[in-house]
Amino acid sequence: MPKMALSHFEMAILFALFTSVALGITGKHTRQEQIRYAMYCFGSFVLALFGLGWLMYFGHR
Amino acid sequence: MATEVNKEVVAAVPAQSWLMPVLLTWVAPGAGYFLLKTPARGAIMGAMSILMFLLGLLMRGAFFEPQTGDLLTTVIYCGGWISNLATGSLYFVAKGLGYNAPDLAGHVTDYGTKFLVGAGLINILAMVDVYEIAKRKKS
Repeated sequence: MPKMALSHFEMAILFALFTSVALGITGKHTRQEQIRYAMYCFGSFVLALFGLGWLMYFGHR
Repeated sequence: MATEVNKEVVAAVPAQSWLMPVLLTWVAPGAGYFLLKTPARGAIMGAMSILMFLLGLLMRGAFFEPQTGDLLTTVIYCGGWISNLATGSLYFVAKGLGYNAPDLAGHVTDYGTKFLVGAGLINILAMVDVYEIAKRKKS
């Protein structure tokens, strides 16, 4: 079986994408609301990813 | 006013048995939705859970085994094991085919383990969603 080796960032983005889609589908009723909520979740994940990344960068210096 | 009408309409439609769709969703991620005639939802939720599980395997993520000790160990290992079990047939097939990746240090393996747990958590979310649809709490 091949081994997948992505970067930390790529894997976190993939995780955020799958989770956001699932949260969007289960969290809202209409198609429009689901898409909007999934995009909101994905944006929040990415924002937290960058925020925590910079926090760890400065904390590590 | 509109809410009252909606409640009456919802109450007029008999709730289906929730057990079969929930069990089916556990065994085959997304399958319960098809029983409830919401195939688009089922296809997307099933795809998310299965893709996440497969990516977890490709990253050589480790399955959790239940372990007890201090509170944190119990929560992490038992919770992880329950989440792994929540992927249903995917977990049992992978185990049956001899998948047993060691829990090595490294970000790829670590993410793989999280993807395997995440696939289970998405399937738990799907099971709750299927339950609510079957009980007519959600359309």
